[in-house]
Amino acid sequence: MELIGQGLLQALTLLVGGDSQVWHITWLSLRVSATATLLSLVFGIPLGTALALARFPGRGFVVSLINTGMGLPPVVVGLFVTIILWRNGVLGGLELLYTPTAMILAQLIIAAPIVTGLTLAAIQQVPERFRLQLLALGASRAQLVWTLLKEARLPMLAAVMAGFGAVISEVGASLMVGGNIKGSTRVLTTATVLETGKGNFDTAIALSLILLLLMFLVNWALTWIQQGRRA
Amino acid sequence: MNLRRLCLVLLATVALAPPAASQSRTVIVSTTTSTQDSGLLDVLVPLFEKKSGMSMKTISVGTGQALALAARGEADVTLAHAPELERRYLAEGKMLNRRLVMYNDFVIIGPEDDPAKIKGITKAVDAVRRIAETQSRFVSRGDKSGTHILEQGLWKQAGIERRGAWYIESGQGMGQTLGIANDRRAYTLTDRATWLAFQKRVSLPILVERDKPLLNIYSVMEVNPANGPRVNVAGGKAFADFMLAPETQAVIRIFGVDKYGQPLFVPIAGKTDADFR
Repeated sequence: MELIGQGLLQALTLLVGGDSQVWHITWLSLRVSATATLLSLVFGIPLGTALALARFPGRGFVVSLINTGMGLPPVVVGLFVTIILWRNGVLGGLELLYTPTAMILAQLIIAAPIVTGLTLAAIQQVPERFRLQLLALGASRAQLVWTLLKEARLPMLAAVMAGFGAVISEVGASLMVGGNIKGSTRVLTTATVLETGKGNFDTAIALSLILLLLMFLVNWALTWIQQGRRA
Repeated sequence: MNLRRLCLVLLATVALAPPAASQSRTVIVSTTTSTQDSGLLDVLVPLFEKKSGMSMKTISVGTGQALALAARGEADVTLAHAPELERRYLAEGKMLNRRLVMYNDFVIIGPEDDPAKIKGITKAVDAVRRIAETQSRFVSRGDKSGTHILEQGLWKQAGIERRGAWYIESGQGMGQTLGIANDRRAYTLTDRATWLAFQKRVSLPILVERDKPLLNIYSVMEVNPANGPRVNVAGGKAFADFMLAPETQAVIRIFGVDKYGQPLFVPIAGKTDADFR
């Protein structure tokens, strides 16, 4: 308990004192995970919407794949992305390994199925009758999709929170593809692992608390958007 | 083809991060966790970057993995501490120009009450044999790190083939392994630097030390450009030369004195294995 108190104190000191390294690590965590989440929306929302509305043979299989993907183990993603980005790998020529871009890529792969799966569920929970009514009123296909997305925006913001929560908290993939390089690819989770390994438990606790605070602030903002008109 | 184009488009979209420095300006060093955990790299990396004008990426993993990555051409230079394994990579031609940089030493630590009665034994091999004979708990790294490789060498020399439930493999770094040994009141082999860094958390005293086989020698090796298409040969050599330069060796000589009251590494540029037999 005493250790946690010390950690809390140190977290405050680091943040208030403006420790530049800690700020850099926190900022990178936010930048990498927010970018990955935004990109996962670009892929996940259209894909999830399409899957929710389309009917084709093998659809059940594809949906099962997406649902499995919602629980993709970050270490597995990290391993495969690392191999692909190796100098000897398929995309080795891009020299992306051990850069924040590589971390964004890995996190995108982790977040995209989550956003896709939850978008799919969100659109599907809009009653069938509503859809038919819209079509009966002469809505074009684009209007239909837009109205459905608007109708499903509450659960879809939950999808954003789930996606962001998954990537900001993962450590396996970031450690592997980023390399935990000081000043370059060190984020809150990988720094926590490192400080624990070094035996600096108070610093590790401080970093954990900063991570929790960051997650809370982001979710608070998202919740505010989600509940805005009702709260 | 289409998939590949998709991947490229995807990557281009993702590339919001500042572009990585061009190849010849970036040196990838694969090294062991101890050089990072001790904080030595935090001091040396900025020095190297300032001196060479190159940017450096240090990948701190176990020695086994550090060498395996280098053998695939995924790094430009290694800083490792497993002489026997290093010599194997040299013999295979995967690594070039092995030069000794520095050493520190390993120690055997264990519970105060010392159930295997190894305190005072001068030969590490005799000590591990006693631990096995008395079936006292021993925590091994079990991760192909330099420390683990040295430990395995000790068991082999002691003629201990089979290890029972008393032998715990942590599969983790030195820090976590020390924590486990401390919790389970077990013996373990650790480098002195990490043990010193853990004084606050670990209450296991040193029981066996200063035996020749416990020397922990670090060396640099350059990666053979034949290992892969993008090995930065000049960068690798620049870092290896940097580690042996008198100014760097002087930094190593005093590193840790302010924090632990004693240096963590002894610089040995110019020496060879023969000096330590």
